[in-house]
Amino acid sequence: MTMTKQTYVPGTHPSMPPPKGSTGIAYWLKKNLFSSVSNSIITLLAIYLLYLAIPPAINWLFFDATFVGTSRKDCDPNGACLAFIGERFNLFVYGFYPAELRWRVNLSAILLIVAGAAVLWDKIPARRFMLWYALAYPLIAAWLLLGGFGLESVSTHLFGGLMLTLTIGVTGIVCSLPIGILLALGRQSNLPIIKYFCIGFIEFIRGVPLITLLFVASTMLSYFLPPGSTFDLLLRVLIMVSLFASAYMAEVVRGGLQALPKGQLEAAESLGLNYGQSMRFIILPQALKVSIPGIVNTFIGLYKDSTLVIVIGLLDPLGIGRASVADSAWLGLSTEVYLFVAIFFFISCFGMSRYSLYLENKLNTGHKR
Amino acid sequence: MSEAQSNSTNDLCIEIRNMNKWYGDFHVLKNINLEVARGEKIVICGPSGSGKSTMIRCINRLEEHQEGDIIVDGTELTNDLKNIDAVRREVGMVFQHFNLFPHLTVLENCTLAPIWVRNTPKLEAEATAMEFLERVKIPEQANKYPGQLSGGQQQRVAIARSLCMRPNIMLFDEPTSALDPEMIKEVLDTMVSLAEEGITMLCVTHEMGFAKKVADRVIFMDEGEIIESNNPHEFFDNPQHDRTKLFLSQILGH
Repeated sequence: MTMTKQTYVPGTHPSMPPPKGSTGIAYWLKKNLFSSVSNSIITLLAIYLLYLAIPPAINWLFFDATFVGTSRKDCDPNGACLAFIGERFNLFVYGFYPAELRWRVNLSAILLIVAGAAVLWDKIPARRFMLWYALAYPLIAAWLLLGGFGLESVSTHLFGGLMLTLTIGVTGIVCSLPIGILLALGRQSNLPIIKYFCIGFIEFIRGVPLITLLFVASTMLSYFLPPGSTFDLLLRVLIMVSLFASAYMAEVVRGGLQALPKGQLEAAESLGLNYGQSMRFIILPQALKVSIPGIVNTFIGLYKDSTLVIVIGLLDPLGIGRASVADSAWLGLSTEVYLFVAIFFFISCFGMSRYSLYLENKLNTGHKR
Repeated sequence: MSEAQSNSTNDLCIEIRNMNKWYGDFHVLKNINLEVARGEKIVICGPSGSGKSTMIRCINRLEEHQEGDIIVDGTELTNDLKNIDAVRREVGMVFQHFNLFPHLTVLENCTLAPIWVRNTPKLEAEATAMEFLERVKIPEQANKYPGQLSGGQQQRVAIARSLCMRPNIMLFDEPTSALDPEMIKEVLDTMVSLAEEGITMLCVTHEMGFAKKVADRVIFMDEGEIIESNNPHEFFDNPQHDRTKLFLSQILGH
């Protein structure tokens, strides 16, 4: 009692197109937004809330906003007072860096973008040369920002705003990854001295708030140094932030190391690769790949933690924002100021998180454990 | 026993004397004595947990033995890292779970060790690798990643990867146990052709057909001891020990 006719020889069934209505926009809408009564209600409610919130926000930020002015009185009270941000813009970006020397900050920012591209983007032309340049970049940037060797010297007390955040963030990121990797490997070492030193370091640093370390850097460190020696405050902060981030990084990397099957190291050893070669070619590339989300997480945390330097008197964008809010000519503008600072941090952090996704996709070689 | 032992001692490839190993309190290898002549093919079988894998892993020092001597190609295995590296360069190993490097292509898997351990120029290493990939019949997969290959193909790549170091001795640790039945044959065929070329082979496996076909000697292990060691003909047709008889009846019984 076969009802259907089989029109093909067994083993030669053609591939058929999917049934109608299982692809396309209408299908997507139905599946994702209106799949059930309750989902439809939630969808409509969400659309209504967006309708309530977004137009006024856009009006406030753009159409009713005041872009030029010299004091609070020039601003339309219904809109954002962006004139204030405009007036303080240079302060937000350069801190107290001397105005006539700001080209040095701009130049190092442009060079930073080039160096960053060399490291982050593997299709850049002449990559080998570019990587050497990226390696030399910290020295170039230090020379440009601090001066000396033919350039006018600038004290680090004048650093502030965006450039301070970038200085701390980039230094922390660049230092914490290699130190963190060494600590993670050291923690797994068979040599007790190395192992317990690494464990002690990681646990101590993780057990203490960053703010405490910053206070130590700004005040107590001078007790331990030989009397009369001057040790730049910013440098101390950079060291503390880097060490703090490396302790977290070490644990992230250790997680990646433990995620690898034991067979990988055994295979590397059985081929005669020594410890360094096994780590460099086999273990670390895989462990770091697994750890990318955690590594970027630590980077983002470190980047935002740089705002804590306010407690020892350094003014990052948030610190400058706080100081600006107190200006008597511009009272009551905290929304605009904090929004501006928030947007700045959001753009940097969102960029990092997008890059980490791109990297994960690029390194995916078709094996999922 | 076999003619291998009548050869002069210079032709001994591996010598294990009174070797003992413990995991904590557990005595996993008990007084192992084994001599392997150059070019000899040995199949090691036994129930799981009998120490067969542990024993061959001691030969390239993936496991450390606590008592006795292991001499591979004239080099004694001690804590001396130089000796360990020297032995590992000459001993290839194939694992149950392939252990290919998933972040490298098939070709890179095969050239990494020759380039960095043997200092072979890259082009030469690649040529050698292609030669061996052709031998295991998958040259067309050279630029794929291991994750894109079937289990049988991965294991053949693993064999090619070991051969690229041109080892004198090959260790196989249950090379077909993780494979689908359809893929076991392609890996065994590769191993048979390898055996025919005269390389020294130690193979932990339960593929008794393979043992009958290529082994010069079959070793049966149980509870950390070598119970019986004989040529395949005697081993299968006339086992001496009750434990061996029981094992063979279980493994050949269906």
